Amino acid sequence: MAADKVEEKAEKKIKMIDVYVMGKHYKAPEGLTIQTALEYCGYNVIRGCGCRAGFCGACGTIYSFTYDLTIKYALACQKEIEQNMVIMQVPFFPSIEAIYNLEDLEPEEGKNRLVELYPDLITCFGCNNCTKTCPQDLLVMDFVSDALRGDYEKVYEKSFDCVMCGLCAARCPQGIQPYNIALAARRLRGSYLTPAPQHNLDRVKEIEEGKFDVELKALKKSNEAELRRRYAEREIEPAL
Amino acid sequence: MPYPASMEESKRKVEETRLQRLEKGPCERIDEAERERLVGKFHPDYSKEQFREIKLGPNKGCSAPLEIADVLEGNSRVDPDKVDLQNVDYDVDVLIIGCGGAGGSAALLAEENGASVLISSKLRLGDANTIGAQAGTQGCDRAKDSPVMHYLDIMGGGHFTNNPDLAEALAKDSPDAIRWLEELGVNWDKETDGSYHELSGGGASRRRMHSCRDYTGLEEMRVIRDEIRQRNWHERKINWLEFEPAIELLVDDKGQVAGAVLMNLETRRMTIVRAKAVIMATGGLGRTHIQGFPTTNHYGATADGLVLAYRAGCQLVDIDTMQYHPTGAVFPPQVLGLLVTEKVRTLGAEIVNCDGEQFAHPLEARDTEASAEIRECKERGKGVITPTGEVGCWLDSPMIEIKRGEGTILRELPAMVRQFSRFNIDITKEPMLVYPTLHYQNGGIMIKADASTPVPGLFAAGECEGGVHGRNRLIGNSTLDLFVFGRRAGRAAAQWAKEVKLGKLSLGHIRKWQRELKEAGLEKMPVSPMLLPNYSNQGKPVPGFHPLGQESPYTPFGDRAIRWI
Repeated sequence: MAADKVEEKAEKKIKMIDVYVMGKHYKAPEGLTIQTALEYCGYNVIRGCGCRAGFCGACGTIYSFTYDLTIKYALACQKEIEQNMVIMQVPFFPSIEAIYNLEDLEPEEGKNRLVELYPDLITCFGCNNCTKTCPQDLLVMDFVSDALRGDYEKVYEKSFDCVMCGLCAARCPQGIQPYNIALAARRLRGSYLTPAPQHNLDRVKEIEEGKFDVELKALKKSNEAELRRRYAEREIEPAL
Repeated sequence: MPYPASMEESKRKVEETRLQRLEKGPCERIDEAERERLVGKFHPDYSKEQFREIKLGPNKGCSAPLEIADVLEGNSRVDPDKVDLQNVDYDVDVLIIGCGGAGGSAALLAEENGASVLISSKLRLGDANTIGAQAGTQGCDRAKDSPVMHYLDIMGGGHFTNNPDLAEALAKDSPDAIRWLEELGVNWDKETDGSYHELSGGGASRRRMHSCRDYTGLEEMRVIRDEIRQRNWHERKINWLEFEPAIELLVDDKGQVAGAVLMNLETRRMTIVRAKAVIMATGGLGRTHIQGFPTTNHYGATADGLVLAYRAGCQLVDIDTMQYHPTGAVFPPQVLGLLVTEKVRTLGAEIVNCDGEQFAHPLEARDTEASAEIRECKERGKGVITPTGEVGCWLDSPMIEIKRGEGTILRELPAMVRQFSRFNIDITKEPMLVYPTLHYQNGGIMIKADASTPVPGLFAAGECEGGVHGRNRLIGNSTLDLFVFGRRAGRAAAQWAKEVKLGKLSLGHIRKWQRELKEAGLEKMPVSPMLLPNYSNQGKPVPGFHPLGQESPYTPFGDRAIRWI
């Protein structure tokens, strides 16, 4: 039954659609992503390709349509091609990151580390281009204003899924670097602003003191049959 | 309507059986003997015709997947007679080849230990499999847990074929690796009292998986990459070259590794780096598409480090065993092969067949789970077939919402929600279709517990190194491996660099390699390392890359077809 269905579907011809790679016309099968369409058209990419799964931000792309020149943004590996799409890769965009030493940045009451590092922050006039640009659909302008207020926690929450493609900075008329600001905020939060994991620190100390060495040494020496027995008999903690 | 009508009927069965399955709970785990029978019959590692003997080098006579044997026996991209080794472009203490989690942490530790460091990165700094790692990093730091329990799990997961010294190092260093990352600014998921929110994983006897939503690797890599940059801007001795991979190692007249030849991918110019120590951290090989499998790996995962180290005399261990992740996406075709994190199962989703029946415990070790899926689809005919001819099983994610409350998926799996919603599938309400996908190289360059290889001056860390996981790696131990052996390699290489006296630079090992190729009649082999897969074919579809509806069952969407660059 299943095999019949495959055949039935296979009879449907794939639709070839028109795309324009940096203005040059090609036909590519519907359903390809911008990344695979570029390859289908014969481009062998060096820059502008990374994880191919939407995590690394290497393939920031701008596109428009032959009939609509409004610029739109996407990750090339995640966006399907559409009829009459005009594709432009953005393989590199210069960015400016503040220089800091995390050790010197311990947050203090009344001090906004983010404005100290990125004084340009205060020049945001709320055009919201950054949010409209974000291929992860993050509320970029919102976390820029959270950063302005020194609310590291909110910046962390709203920016956490950032893939650092840099398209927000590319579009900011004020030259603000939302993705780099958010990175600094998150590192500050991670390093300073959550309570210490006492159980972890205790375990690190126990290991340093050699608490498990005797048992590990014995296990390492035991033969395979003994190891297998211990393995089979080990108690498995239920999932949370 | 995201799923086509042909799949809707089966999807309905999954929905109908859901509550019943929730009530009953997951089925029994299979015992060790049954597990070995299952894996032996259905795991791709045991398809004999997909393997051959390696004809020369340190692993001569050993079996390897066809695709890996081909790159290992490749000819050099370098003509030893035409390279001028007098003109050294960079002279450093430690050269690190590759900059994912392992290369990055090695760089930080080497620098802290007094070495001047240069990183060679094939793509951008931090473009690596690390960044796509979702589920988490293991660390045995809860009171109920211990390095002893962790060690047992590592060994059992690897079918007791692991190198005990390496397994011990992995377990013992794990809590400190987690602590180190937090110090650098990684935001682990935490409870309000600061203790880590830890989940269980396939093959783990304790909850010890530390995660950052389902962007764990991204968070780790963002932080490490930033720390490398910051140190460079503070004029500390750490620097990098992007789009400039190593194409051959250099040795000296005493047989010590002494640097590398790099190639600028855009201008094709060579760069000579003299280094007192070299750390290989090139990651995996998914883009060689072993047995035609799609892969979860990033664009540059082409086994380059294996090739370079092999020619320099390093033996490879367990190179005949790959990890096929049990839950690679199958539908829609645009995401074919991409990773659906194991965390989906950790949170309580079951894998079921076309009739909505469970056929394996959802938290079996990966080789076992993958084999069970292959059996279900290939032998029992209980898979679900997609319009493009792919086959898969259902991963019933909506169970998570019922078990753990509405909103859990969005909170714990934002990357997965986003990935599928781009194609109009709502994983909080609908299951995903999955099948094994090429995910990880279990083995690799043989190392000792300090990450040194038998070749003096050469160290290896991360996925390109082998022995720690034996023949099967557990979830959360790969990212852990990066930081444990990355840091060990950084320390050991910096120490080595302080002591070693380099002789004259040479490519003698390549001359010898080329002689051996000739003697074996293999001088016509294509060059390697492969560097990048070639998915383009000047506008013509490449083999196995046919548009839907033509003679091939393959879709035009997967990254299946490759050629030599």
